[in-house]
Parts: sequence; structure tokens; C-alpha cells
Amino acid sequence: MSKRSALLRFGLPLTLVLVLLGLFYVGLGTDTEELPSPLVGEPAPAFELPSLQEPQTTLTEADFTGEVALVNVWASWCRPCRQELPYLQEIAKRDVPVYGFNYRDSRQNARRFLEAFGNPYDKIAFDPEAEAGMDWGVYATPETYVLDAQGIIRHKHIGPINAKVLQEDLLPLIEKLKAEQQS
Amino acid sequence: MLGELGNFTLILAFCLALIQALLPLTGTLVGDRRLMAAGRSLAVGQLVFLGLAYIMLTLAFVANDLSIRYVAENSNAALPLIYKLTGVWGGHEGSMLLWALMLSIWNVAVAFFSRALSLEMLARVLAVLGTVAAAFLAFTAFTSNPFARVFPAPAQGADLNPLLQDPGMIIHPPLLFIGYTGLAVAFAFAMAALLGGRLDAAWARWSRPWTTVAWAFLTLGIGVGAWWSYYELGWGGYWAWDPVENASLIPWLTATALLHSLAVTEKRGGFKVWTLMLAIVSFALTVMGAFIVRSGVMSSVHAFASDPDRGVFILAILAATLLGSLALYAWRAPRIGLGGAFGWYSRESLLLANNVLLTVASAAVLIGTLYPLAVEALGIGKISVGPPYFDAVFMPLMLPLLFLIGIGPVVSWKRSSPSETYRQMRWALAISVLVGVLWPLTMAAWKPLTALGLALVTWILLSAAIDLGKRIARRRRSQGTAKALAAALQPSFIGMHTAHAGFAIVVMAIAMVGSYEQERDVHLKPGESASLGEYTFTLRDSSQLRGPNYDARQATVELAYGGRQIDTLRPQLRTYDAQPRMPMRQASLNRGVFRDIYVTLGSRVQEGGWTMRLYRKPYMFWMWLGGVVMALGGFLAAADRRYRMAPAAQRGEAGQPAAPAPGPGPAATAATMHSEVRR
Repeated sequence: MSKRSALLRFGLPLTLVLVLLGLFYVGLGTDTEELPSPLVGEPAPAFELPSLQEPQTTLTEADFTGEVALVNVWASWCRPCRQELPYLQEIAKRDVPVYGFNYRDSRQNARRFLEAFGNPYDKIAFDPEAEAGMDWGVYATPETYVLDAQGIIRHKHIGPINAKVLQEDLLPLIEKLKAEQQS
Repeated sequence: MLGELGNFTLILAFCLALIQALLPLTGTLVGDRRLMAAGRSLAVGQLVFLGLAYIMLTLAFVANDLSIRYVAENSNAALPLIYKLTGVWGGHEGSMLLWALMLSIWNVAVAFFSRALSLEMLARVLAVLGTVAAAFLAFTAFTSNPFARVFPAPAQGADLNPLLQDPGMIIHPPLLFIGYTGLAVAFAFAMAALLGGRLDAAWARWSRPWTTVAWAFLTLGIGVGAWWSYYELGWGGYWAWDPVENASLIPWLTATALLHSLAVTEKRGGFKVWTLMLAIVSFALTVMGAFIVRSGVMSSVHAFASDPDRGVFILAILAATLLGSLALYAWRAPRIGLGGAFGWYSRESLLLANNVLLTVASAAVLIGTLYPLAVEALGIGKISVGPPYFDAVFMPLMLPLLFLIGIGPVVSWKRSSPSETYRQMRWALAISVLVGVLWPLTMAAWKPLTALGLALVTWILLSAAIDLGKRIARRRRSQGTAKALAAALQPSFIGMHTAHAGFAIVVMAIAMVGSYEQERDVHLKPGESASLGEYTFTLRDSSQLRGPNYDARQATVELAYGGRQIDTLRPQLRTYDAQPRMPMRQASLNRGVFRDIYVTLGSRVQEGGWTMRLYRKPYMFWMWLGGVVMALGGFLAAADRRYRMAPAAQRGEAGQPAAPAPGPGPAATAATMHSEVRR
């Protein structure tokens, strides 16, 4: 066995293993739920997509802005999205509009999902090719953005919303933004 | 008191595991036979104390001892007894205890059923198993202790996650854990071979049945998981490429590759180093799965509450496993040698293709699963991975694999020719194509991919039949019918074809459900009907009822086929007392051999009406049947007599110092000849 092949035979697995372990270690350090997004503090990116329910209607960023609002990225194939639905409904009950990007999904499945599990959304943009998803920096479903009345992204939550996130992060932030809006 | 006793026995078990990791290995280094033999009794001691710890935790659940944090978080006075018993493994800490218990059972099984092993080999195997057990027990006792107290004790337990209050969940985790921990045995055998610097046919013959049994349990575990999510998640799906599901599929794929690679190592003395690598990787992947599920790096429906300390601890176990075993591999593998040569078209080369396909499939799933994590860690990239990715990469890898399953068993070892195979198999090929073309015609529409899938399924079943027929015919000439049958029905041979047939059946069901599932969403008021194909669904009434720990609204739906009533379905929408925010859909099914009818409730509308979803899912039954048949094949193969025979030659060599064996050693050659005579 030549030196070079030895290097390849043992160096390659070793490198792979080290990369993997490093990845896991960094993954542990990053809090999945509070990843700083470069978009926080920036205006909501522009998009132009058909509505999920009415294919003829076109939605743009103007439809999602103007009020303190939530923008949630979801898909019918995404199980955690189902888990967080009750919490989105909770938010919708408080007169905060909840908008959705239906992400890499089919119209039929998405509609069924909503019929079966409830629809907390005011408007949903249908984004099967992740066009808006690209600009909004979507990593994976579900993700939720909080917009202020000026249409600036103020917070991004990655992963499903649960009771803790709702009570400790989202609701206080929404209250704060609403107070800002009134003053 | 129970809690302290449980904690005490858990820590004792940890100490015994630690000693088991050290003593026998020291024995092999200094050549002390008493130290080497100590592994056996230490394994038993560990099982006794872990068993006690497990009983203590169970008693705490039954007594609803809320001063134990784990019980308070996962149980409730109103929880039915059966779920108190199974709630023991419903959360992270308790499931770790179950994991450790399963590992300990394997440990004792190896200690007692490996009488054929040389004492030195057994000492090494038990030392490695002791190390694994010590690591996981330390993790359990120090970061995830199920016996930790909470003060003040809450007045009410938080209750077991409603999703887990289900019969499927009673058996899913134990089966899966038996499979995972069983791969630790394969790993221990591989490490022992590396430590001893020797790997021969006898070694492969020892590790094969253990690996096969672990694989069969893993298969059952995954199958039951799919079965559970099919009816319990109210979604009618059986597989969602969820990170946690993938965490069980990835080691299953490499373990399947390992089984086949071991066959070459045993029969031909080939693929030696590769077999060791697969055993290491399969076990490391189970540890990685534990990391994914238990550290909180991924959000998933199955994931446990996250705790960074736990993540770091399992990551350390994973790092030690990978780096330690790969270092040993790099140091010792060159001594093992590569094994015999084979022609470009032979059973070896086909099994090599099998291994490549399975390994690549496993890597593809692994990459898809870790991708979101990588993107997150690097803070770049904007691609999300969902079922579309997995479907796109997985299927193209499985189709050639299915084709190879049909050829592999009929091609001879060492050298064969494609024209010979073609001559043997042309009728099977023609019939398979015909069946593939015709079968979809019995369904709603003809789809090319479905036809291809069904042709491959037929191909596998036919080739198994041909192989069996030939084997019987060949022997009948020389031995007479009765003897020929007995010889042909040798468990390892029948087991292989049974497992292949089971896999074919599963593929058939996946193809059918994927292509011909019908579903419909309807709004029904009492008295109204809706139809789906020839089936008519009539909503009779809607009622409220009280379960042991939940309120349910129940719809009574009459199911009729061609005007004749065949069943009454009662789907429910349950609200568990402990988790009022998350209503649970309890689907109601009418199961049949050729189709399942599946009704799940949406939401209530005015005048006692419901929105509901109706499904007709063809051939679902076969998916579960196929899974069971696969596992059965594994158990059959592992039950083969030759694994239980203590090869006299090996006994004699027991005390000899390990000798480097370049190429197939004398034992390997002997075994090869033996197997060739038999074929």
C-alpha cells in the first residue's frame, strides 16, 4: 500500500468524522429557536405570488404589511406545522393578522391540511418553488416572522411555536410592537 | 424510597459495566483466564441491577409517585394502568433506562450463547459491550436520571403525551431499542476482531446470527412505528421523512448492507475490512440517532425536550465511538486482509453492488436529514429539505436494488456469466414484465412507474420460487424427495428468500398506496351521505363521551359498499385533560386485505355536522404483512443450525495467540469448501 492510498484510506474517513462531529457541536451551540436572521431589522422582502385559495388573486408584500402581523411558513408535509397550528390560532384570536407562505407544497394537499386541522391564516401565498422562500431566507418549515406596523421584520422564530415560545417571546413582542404603533 | 433504591441499583449497574469494560480486556492482555472469564458474571450482575432499577421505576409509575420528576412529567393519577406501565419509556429518561436494559439483555445473551467462542474472543466482545453499556449508563445516571426527585411534588402529574397513549406505542420503542442495542453486539464483534487482529469465516459465522436478529428487531420496530403513525397521527401517512424516522432508517440501511457483506465474509472470506467498517458505522449511526433525537438539535414530532448537557454527553459518546473505533480500524485493518478475489459477474460482485446501493441510500438520507443542521450551523444557504428531496433520491437507488435481489441468489459465487443468468431467468423476466403491465390495469389508472415497481416485485417472488425449485430438483436426483425437501428447507436459505419476499411485499404496498390512494374531504350533517368509489359514508349522529382521561366528540358513520352496510365507523376528536390545547384526532378504520377505509374528523360545523376526510387506501394490509415477513425471514435465517454448532477446529485454537491472517486463513478456506459442497 502506497503512502498516498494510506492517506486516502484513513485520512478521508477521519476528515468526514471530524466534520460531522464539528457540525453537531456547532449545532448544539446554536439555539435552534433563536437564530439571528440577517433579515431582522430589514423590511419584508418583496414577492409576487398567487393566493392559495384563489389562484387568480396575486398577493404581494403589501398584502402582508401595514399592521403588526405574523408571517408563518408552512407545508402540509411538515408535521411540526401541525403541532403549532393551535398557537397560531391563539394569536389570530388576539386580532393579530397571521399570514402564511405555503412552502413547496401542492394546492390540493395544502387546502386539505387547512380543512382538516383548521385555518388560522388571513391570507396565504402559494409558493411551490420557494421563490419568496429564497428571498425571505427560509431554512426549513415551520418558520415564523414577526412584522411591525411599518413592515419591518422584527423577529424570526425557527421551528414550531409552542406554549413557551408563545407566552415568553411572541405575545410580549406583539404587545410591545402594538404599543409602539399607537405612540 | 423507591426512587433512591432505583437510583442505587442504576449506579451499581453502571459500576459493574465499568468493571466489565476493564477486567476481561486486562485479562486478554496479561493472559489471565480468570479475568477473561469475569465478563460473564459481570454481565449477569448488570442485568439483575438494571432489572431492579426498571422495576422500581415501574412501581413508581403504578403508585403515581409524583415526587419523582420523571413520573410527574409523564404520568397522571387518571392514566390507565397499561399506559402507566408503558409510560415508563414514554419520556427521555425512562427510555434511556429501557435502552440500557435491552443492551444488558443482549450482553447476557452473548455471554451465554457464545460458548463456541474462544474465551479470549468472548472476553474482548464483552469488554466492548461493557464499555458501551458504561457510557450509556453514565449518560442515564448523570444527565438523565429517571429517579431524580422534584420538590415540592406537584399535586397533579402532567400526563403522558396523548400521542403515546396507544397500543402501537407500547411495542414500538422496545422493538426499536432491541434493534439498536443489538447492533452494539455486531459492533463489539467487529472491535474484538480488530483487537485480536484476526477475522475468519468462523468469526463471520458467530456474528451473523446476532446481526440478523438485531436487524429483524429493527425491521419490526420501524414497521410498528409506521403502523402507529398511520392510524394515530390521523394523517393516514406511514412515513414522513421526519428526522427521527430517518434516524432509525439510516442504521437499518447500513445494517442491511452489513448482513449481506457478512454473507460474503462467511462463505467466501471476502469483504472482510468492509464488513468491519459497516459494523462500526451501523452502531455509530444508532448513537448518532440518539444524538439527533435527544439533544434538541432538530425539531421533530418525536424529539424529546432538549437539554444541551445531554447533547454534549451523547456527542462525546459518538466522538469516542467513531474516533476510537476508526483509530483501531486504521491500525489493525491492514492485518485483516481483504479476502478472496472474484470475477466481475459473480454473487460477490452483485452483493458488492447491493452494498454500494444501500450505503449510498443511507448516505443520501443522512445528508438530507443533517442538511438543515448544516445550513443552520454555517449560517448560509436557503434550501429546505422535505419529502420531495427524499423521494427523489431514494427511489432511483431502490429500483436497481430490487432488480438485484432477484438475480443475486441464483448467481453462483466466484464466477458466473450474464448469459447463464439470462438463460435461467428469461421466463421469470417475461412473466414479471407481463404482470407489471397487467396488474395496474386492475386499479384506477395505468402508471409506468407503478408498473415497473410491480414488475420488480413479481421478479423477486418468481426468482425466489425458481431458486427454491432448482435446489429441490437438484437434490431429488441424488437424495430422494423427502431428504431433498428437508435439505432445501434449510432455515438460512428459506430465511433469505422469506426476507426478500417480505421486502417485495412492502414495496408492492408502497407502490399501490402511493399511486391509487383515494381521498375526499366532505361536510356531512346527520343523515347525509357521501361516497368514495363504491363506498358510501352516512353520518348517523354525533355524540360526546368521556374517556378515562379525556373528553371526546364522536361521530357515528355508517359505511356501505354497493348499497350494503358493512361497518360502523366511530372517529373521535379527543381533548385530553392534561393538554386541552391540542385536540387529538382518533381515526376510525375498516381494514381489509385489499384496501383500508379510513375516516378522520376535521372540525365540527353547525347542526351536529362534521367536516371529515375519507380515504380508501389500497393494499395497506400488505405493508404490515411484508414487514412482519421480512423480520420472520431474519429470525429464520438466524435460527440456522450451523450457527449453533461449535466448530471443533475453532475450540482447539482457542488458546493460541492471534496470528495475522493474510487472505483467507485455513479456517476460512475450510468453511468455503464446506459451503461449496453444500450449494
